[in-house]
Amino acid sequence: MPIDACRDYSLTGPNAKASGFGSAEWYASPAPRKRIKELMKRSDRLALTNYGTWLGLVVATGVLLVAVWGTAWAWPVALVYGVFYGSGADSRWHETGHGTPFKTRWLNDAFYHLASFMSLRNPHLWRWSHTRHHSETVIVGRDPEIAFPRPPSIGNWVLNLLYIPAITKELGKMVRIAFGNLTEAEKSFLPESEWPKTFAASRAHLLVLALVGLAAVTLQSWLPLFLIGLPTFYGSWLHHILATTQHAGLAEDVPDHRMNSRTFYLNPFFRFIYSNMNYHIEHHMYPMVPFYNLPALHEEIKADCPPAYASLLACYREMVPAVMRQQADPNHYIRRPLPAGAGATPTYERPVIAAE
Amino acid sequence: MPNWVRACGANDVEAEDLVRFDHGDRTFAVYRSPDDEYFCTEGLCTHEQVHLADGLVMDYEIECPKHNATFDYRTGEAKRAPACVNLATYPVKIENGSVWIEI
Repeated sequence: MPIDACRDYSLTGPNAKASGFGSAEWYASPAPRKRIKELMKRSDRLALTNYGTWLGLVVATGVLLVAVWGTAWAWPVALVYGVFYGSGADSRWHETGHGTPFKTRWLNDAFYHLASFMSLRNPHLWRWSHTRHHSETVIVGRDPEIAFPRPPSIGNWVLNLLYIPAITKELGKMVRIAFGNLTEAEKSFLPESEWPKTFAASRAHLLVLALVGLAAVTLQSWLPLFLIGLPTFYGSWLHHILATTQHAGLAEDVPDHRMNSRTFYLNPFFRFIYSNMNYHIEHHMYPMVPFYNLPALHEEIKADCPPAYASLLACYREMVPAVMRQQADPNHYIRRPLPAGAGATPTYERPVIAAE
Repeated sequence: MPNWVRACGANDVEAEDLVRFDHGDRTFAVYRSPDDEYFCTEGLCTHEQVHLADGLVMDYEIECPKHNATFDYRTGEAKRAPACVNLATYPVKIENGSVWIEI
């Protein structure tokens, strides 16, 4: 896979024009239609159990934070509250964005808007960005969500492990969009018909944050900001440490999620925070399957997929050296082994258009 | 002049499900609703040309398997982003245990 002179990750560069992956046939591990239909079914009961527990934990730890505010206990309690708020919301923003957890649409939409605010993401811009990410996963010049463009910046990676720079950028984006400004890259995947509600959502988010800021000034206390707004900054780190495993170090420009995504086993608590996104090959291959059915989908197709990593640590043990090596050798990537008898990866050669 | 084409057997489609039907260079989706009515739309999602036959029917809606765009398959109306364009729909009749569509 040669890295050509025109290799350019921007969504408005030559590779953006060259890709034809939007209409490409992506590989899907074979599974009986009847079984996939069962797994695609949504359940308000299962979703409400998960989302109700999560929201209950956010509220309970939030109340505890209020109770211990001003004591030394505030710091550890804030750490726990922040993880439920920031990391828990980020994975639930993602799930409800797909519209898969709840059978009842308004419940999906209500949680989507709540989780979007809690993770400081514009609900409309991110819905369309993520749509493109699923159409053209890790396709250079087309996927707006490639976290590790080659050669990667290790400095950015280390800083972003705590997710603080990315969230800060998101806050800046919120202000820019609230003033009605979209970049050319954003315009490349966001239809014009969506622009008014995109602007309105950023304005609504800013208004809520301003009210929280006003409450902090009025009360002469940081507490309101530690409850709403700041937890996205100090609590999203766990989600980001987990989500970094999704595609880092793996192949680019290949229409096969077994080659560009990573599935690994994870303890139940982290899976709760992360909404089972450790089953990332399965999620990309069958995005209509709700998070609570991903373990079952994994069992259904694992014989056709590379072996799942044993743990989060196992992912990092492979990923860190690969990303380090990509600094000097951008052609390097991790080649995932397929089991005997697995379906072959479709071949695809990315067309290249010379820079203008 | 109406051009009725046999798409499938009426029992080839389960209730609250759909099947794909290809005719010439065109592709269609034939639905059976929860109350055993039959409907037909074009077979590809208007968002990114993905076959709807791999999607999920819930009541009177079909959800695209790729990005979860949703349509009312009775009218073709796009109900959920990223679909912004309605699906074309086609008349359906049941005769002698077969589903016929007018194309």
